[in-house]
Amino acid sequence: MLSATRLLAIARKEAIQLRRDPRSMALAFALPLLLLIFFGYAITWDIKDLRLAVRDEDGTRHSRELVAALTGSGYFEVVARLDSRAGIDDLLQHGTVNGVLVIPRGFSRDLAAARPAPVQLLLDGSDANTATIALNYADAIVARWSADVVLQGRARPGLLAAESRVWYNPTLESRHMIVPGLIAVIMSIIAAMLTALTIAREWERGTMEQLAATPVHRLEVVFGKLLPYLAIGFFDVAVTTVAGMLIFGVPLRGSVLLLAGMTLLFLVGALGLGIFISAALRSQLLATQVALVATYLPALLLSGFLFDIASMPPALRAVSQIVPARYYITVTRGIFLKGTGVEQLWAQGLSMILFAIIGLGAATLFFRKRIAA
Amino acid sequence: MSTRHEAAAGVPPRNAGTAIEVRELVRRFGAFTAVDGVSFRVAAGEIYGFLGPNGAGKTTTLKMLTGLLRPTAGHAIVAGLDVARDALALRARIGYMSQKFSLYGDLTVAENLELFAGLYGVQGERRRERTAWALRMAGLERGTERLTGELPLGWKQRLALGCAVLHEPPLLFLDEPTSGVDPVARRAFWDLIYELAAQGTTVLVSTHYMEEAEYCHRLLLMNRGRVIAEGSPGEIRALATEPIFALRTDDAARAVAGLRDRPGIVEAAMFGRAVHIAVADAHGAEARIGDALAAAGRSCDHLEQITPSLEDVFVSLVRREGGAGAR
Repeated sequence: MLSATRLLAIARKEAIQLRRDPRSMALAFALPLLLLIFFGYAITWDIKDLRLAVRDEDGTRHSRELVAALTGSGYFEVVARLDSRAGIDDLLQHGTVNGVLVIPRGFSRDLAAARPAPVQLLLDGSDANTATIALNYADAIVARWSADVVLQGRARPGLLAAESRVWYNPTLESRHMIVPGLIAVIMSIIAAMLTALTIAREWERGTMEQLAATPVHRLEVVFGKLLPYLAIGFFDVAVTTVAGMLIFGVPLRGSVLLLAGMTLLFLVGALGLGIFISAALRSQLLATQVALVATYLPALLLSGFLFDIASMPPALRAVSQIVPARYYITVTRGIFLKGTGVEQLWAQGLSMILFAIIGLGAATLFFRKRIAA
Repeated sequence: MSTRHEAAAGVPPRNAGTAIEVRELVRRFGAFTAVDGVSFRVAAGEIYGFLGPNGAGKTTTLKMLTGLLRPTAGHAIVAGLDVARDALALRARIGYMSQKFSLYGDLTVAENLELFAGLYGVQGERRRERTAWALRMAGLERGTERLTGELPLGWKQRLALGCAVLHEPPLLFLDEPTSGVDPVARRAFWDLIYELAAQGTTVLVSTHYMEEAEYCHRLLLMNRGRVIAEGSPGEIRALATEPIFALRTDDAARAVAGLRDRPGIVEAAMFGRAVHIAVADAHGAEARIGDALAAAGRSCDHLEQITPSLEDVFVSLVRREGGAGAR
């Protein structure tokens, strides 16, 4: 028979111990916000002020307009004007510039004659990410500019250009993508780290034996230990959510209640994983390290936070299925950015329920085995 | 105080009911057999002592009797419950104090008591009564807000005892409860054990202090996982077969080395500042001991035959059984 009295006695004891342990307090209350601010500022895919060198061989009004269109976008900044093509390689080699724009002689004449008027953009491909984004920006700006030229009647209409529009994150601010994902990554780490200490500490200090000699059921211990950390987890999600909105201007378009419900499911699984690691390893140091590796790397790399899961090789895609953060990230991004409702997120909810059951089940099972050994 | 203890040791338990019945209990850890076919019976109200060198299997046996460890074979009925089947129910009827101090050092005295009251389901008015009783017993009425980890060991042990019996269990298991505690605190602790026993609690206590063994109603001597003797302290003293001589000399350690393996001398061991010598035959022993000491260059300040103490009997029984275990 499970008893609420015993469960609450454990929960209360755990909360008092937590309050008296500065290390756990820091982990619980300071680290999430620090991580959010640190990663929030450090990780950005937005590229601004790309350094550009310009070799304008045409030297006409049109060529100057094109350069002005690039710099006017805010994405490019002209740091050098070249007199010849000779120095291009050097500039790129040294990384002085991210790219070089070459406008060939006859550019203006071709435009006027309504012939294709190619310009050349040389990009430093050693940073493929930046190069790709720069290329896309430049393409878009040039296309827009040439459309303007066409509209102003300076040239005949060219081919129909695709007009793209971005929904949910119209300015394509990567922080809007990052912050909701970051909350999931941070909570994966914090939840497992917090609980990784809890059972190992009892083994190390010898209190587990005394606990085991009382009529307390292992489920009461596991759930009793879960309660205070669940409260802390909720507090952390609330704080990082508010901080994300205030500091990084991330919108929260969906239901707060749904976010809370999904957070509960996620936290139970993540905390359960930490308790399981703690029960299995019995050493605070080892459990902390394993918890960090088991949560941090998968949450960062295999959750879709940094890398798109759809473009991963099949093996990694399969592994990502067992990373709980993957489901929670879909949930937070959906609720924050798209206002997604439960009708789209129920599958993620079910996956997280499954993880919660597995995590707590393994923790409880291991807890008993270790006492009997 | 000591007279009360020794007097109590001879008092037979008032209630003859059986508190613990153990039959052929075995526990193996891989290839190592920690407890090897142990059987005994403890009457209700008894103070029953487990005695044996480290690794004899005392702690392993206690853990099986408290349901913390599953027996490999054999049966143990404690407080009417089978330890292998009803471990959880059993824990509500017993109190247990493990060898290592194991209250929460980062909780205050009051918080520890509250925790264990919660775990044992002691609630309401009864909780207030029992908590007040435990504080009085441990002498901590004015230290309730102190962190348990900062208390002196003697106080910690008494608080641990208080926590273990908050629910007034009919059975109390104590695993070397006084190890590391100074003699005065040890006496105070035994006063508490007597108080509990006087109220009808059956106490099973393991120890390696011989003076504590004398306080028990009955003793179980273990070595290498087996029972080597059982009985009251008086009955066990009567098992002595070899005459014992006590020697005072200038260098006890060197004297022991010089006496060992001499003809007619079974064993020589340090006993405080003296040396106790077990001989095969009391006749002519004094001369043989004197010769051995002279050969070793040691003095013989005083030598006399003595009544074997419990420890002498214990040492001799362990030796007869092939020495202490490897662990």
